[in-house]
Amino acid sequence: MMKKIIIYTLLILSSLIITFPVLYAVSASFMTSAEINRGALLPSSLSFENYVAAFNNVPLLHFLFNSFVVSFTVMIGQLILCSLAAFAIVFIPFKGRNFVFFLFISTMLIPWEATIIPNYVTIQNLGWVNTYPGLTVPFFAIAFGIFLLRQHFLTIPKELYESAQIDGCTRFKFYYKFVLPLSKPMLSALGIFGFLTTWNMYLWPLLVTNNNDVRTVQIGLKMMVSAETGTSWNVVMAGTVMVLLPTLLLLILGLNQLKRGLTAGALKG
Amino acid sequence: MEIEKKTNTSVQQVKKPVHKRKSAKRREWENLGAGLLYLLPALLIVGVFLFYPMMKTLYYSFHVTNASGAVINFIGFEYYRTLFESSAFRTSMKATFLFALYTVPTTIIISLFLAVITNEKVKGVPFFRVVFSSTLGISVAAGATIWLLLFHPSLGVLNNMLNAFGLSGVQWLTSPNVALISVAITTIWMNIGFNFIVLLGGLQNISEELYESAKIDGAGYWRQLFNITIPLLSPTLFFVSVVTIINSFQTFGQVDILTGGGPANSTNLIVYSIFREAFYNGYFGYASAQAIILFVLVLIFTYIQFKVGEKKVHYQ
Repeated sequence: MMKKIIIYTLLILSSLIITFPVLYAVSASFMTSAEINRGALLPSSLSFENYVAAFNNVPLLHFLFNSFVVSFTVMIGQLILCSLAAFAIVFIPFKGRNFVFFLFISTMLIPWEATIIPNYVTIQNLGWVNTYPGLTVPFFAIAFGIFLLRQHFLTIPKELYESAQIDGCTRFKFYYKFVLPLSKPMLSALGIFGFLTTWNMYLWPLLVTNNNDVRTVQIGLKMMVSAETGTSWNVVMAGTVMVLLPTLLLLILGLNQLKRGLTAGALKG
Repeated sequence: MEIEKKTNTSVQQVKKPVHKRKSAKRREWENLGAGLLYLLPALLIVGVFLFYPMMKTLYYSFHVTNASGAVINFIGFEYYRTLFESSAFRTSMKATFLFALYTVPTTIIISLFLAVITNEKVKGVPFFRVVFSSTLGISVAAGATIWLLLFHPSLGVLNNMLNAFGLSGVQWLTSPNVALISVAITTIWMNIGFNFIVLLGGLQNISEELYESAKIDGAGYWRQLFNITIPLLSPTLFFVSVVTIINSFQTFGQVDILTGGGPANSTNLIVYSIFREAFYNGYFGYASAQAIILFVLVLIFTYIQFKVGEKKVHYQ
C-alpha cells in the first residue's frame, strides 16, 4: 500500500513536470496579450482569436500542407527503398550481400550534419532548391530502416520462399504478396518513425527553402518567432500548438508499434 | 502442405543432376543481378547523399572555394591549423563537450527513472507511459519556441516563479554562464521521450521469473534494481547512450531558435558553427574542416563506447 502511494506520487509529479511546457503553451495560446504580460497560468476565456491570427499572419495552412507532403513522401520512399534493400539482403543469395549490409550499417557513423555543405551544392546543381524532391529524396534510404526490416525478414521462414517459388511465384510477387504483408508491424513502426522525424526536421528545410513555396511548418514557426516575439506571444503559441499537434497525435496513436520497432532496434543493435 | 512441397524440391533437384553445375553458375549471376537491382535505389541514395558528400567534405576542407562551392585552390591543412589556433573554435568545442556532459547522463538517468516507475504494475500506468513518451512527438522548433517563452526574462514562467519566492530572475538566455544550461534543459526535456520508450522496452524484456526468485531469496527493491534490472538492461542502456551522445553532437535547432549561438559564442555548438561559417560567411572549406572534426568526433566516441561497452555490457 505504502509502495503504491509512493509510486503514484512519483508518477503524478513527473507527469506534471514533463507535460508542463506543452500544457502551458496550449493555455497561453488562448490568452490575451494582457494575460501573458501579467504572467497568468490560465486564460480567462476560451477564444480562438489567436489561432485565427496565426493562420492569417503567416501562411500556416500552406506550411502544414507542405510538411504533410514532405513527411508522407519520405515515409513512402523509406518504406519502399528500405524494404527492397532488406529483401535483397535476406532473400537473394549473392556474393557480397553481407558487405552491402555492412556498407549500409556503416552510414550510421556519418552524421548527416557533416555532409550538408556538399549536399547543398548537389541540390543546387540539380535545381532542387525550393522543391519537394530537394526536401525528400536525400532521406529515402536510412540505415536504421534497412536494419530493422532485415532483422524482421530474417524471421520469415525460408521454406515459405521455397514453396512459393515452386508454386511459380516470382521473386517480386513474393516480395509484395508475402514479405510485405507479413511485416506490417515493422513497416508501420518504420513508417511512423519516418513521418515523425521528417515532420520535425529543421536544419535541412532551413537550408533548401528560401521562399514559401515548399517551406515546411517548422521553418514557418521560426519565421513567426522572429517576426512576432516582440509583441504577440499568444499568437506564436497558437502557431506552436498547430505545429506540434499532428505529430503528438500520431505518436500517441502509434506508440505501441513505434515502441516495438525501437526496442527491436535497440536490443539487436 | 509445406512439407509436401519441400519434398517436391528435392525430387526435382535429384532429377536434373546433369544441368546442375551450369545452371548453378547461371543462377549465381542471376541472383547477383537481381540483388543489385533491388539494392540499386537505396545504394544510389546513400552513395549520392552520404558517401559522396562525406568524401567531398574532406576534399573541401583542403581547398579554398567560392560561395557556390567551386574550388579555387589547394591549401592543405591550413584550415585545420587555423581552427586549432582560433579561440572562437576552442570556445565552440568546449561548448560542444560541456553540452554533451550536461545532457547525456541527465537524460538517461531521468528516462531510466521514468521507465522504472512506469514498469510497476499499478492501475493507470499506460496513461503515464503515453505522457512520458510524448516529447518524442514534439519537434525541435516547437519545443524550443515554448522554452523561449518559458525562459523569457520578464514574461517567462520560470522567472515569475522565482520572483514569487522572492528570488531575483535569471538571465536564462542572455547570460554567458547560464545560456548553455538553458539549451541543455530544453534538450533533455525533448530527448526524454525517445530514451524513455527504448528503456521501457528493455525493462519489459526482462523476465518476470528473475524477480520472483530474487524475492524468494529475500532481495529487496533496491537490490533487485541494482543486481537484476541494471545489469540486464545494460545492452539497452548502452544503445541509448551511444544514440544520445551522437545526437548531442548534432544539436542545431534549439540553438538556432533559443540563442543563435550567443551570448559570446557560449552556445555555438559545432553544427551551429558549421552552419554559420558555411551559409552566413560562405567559407565552405573552413566549415568543411569543422564538419570533418565532427565526423571524427562521432567516430571516436562510438569507438570508445563500443570498447567500454564490450567489457561492461551484460548480454543475456
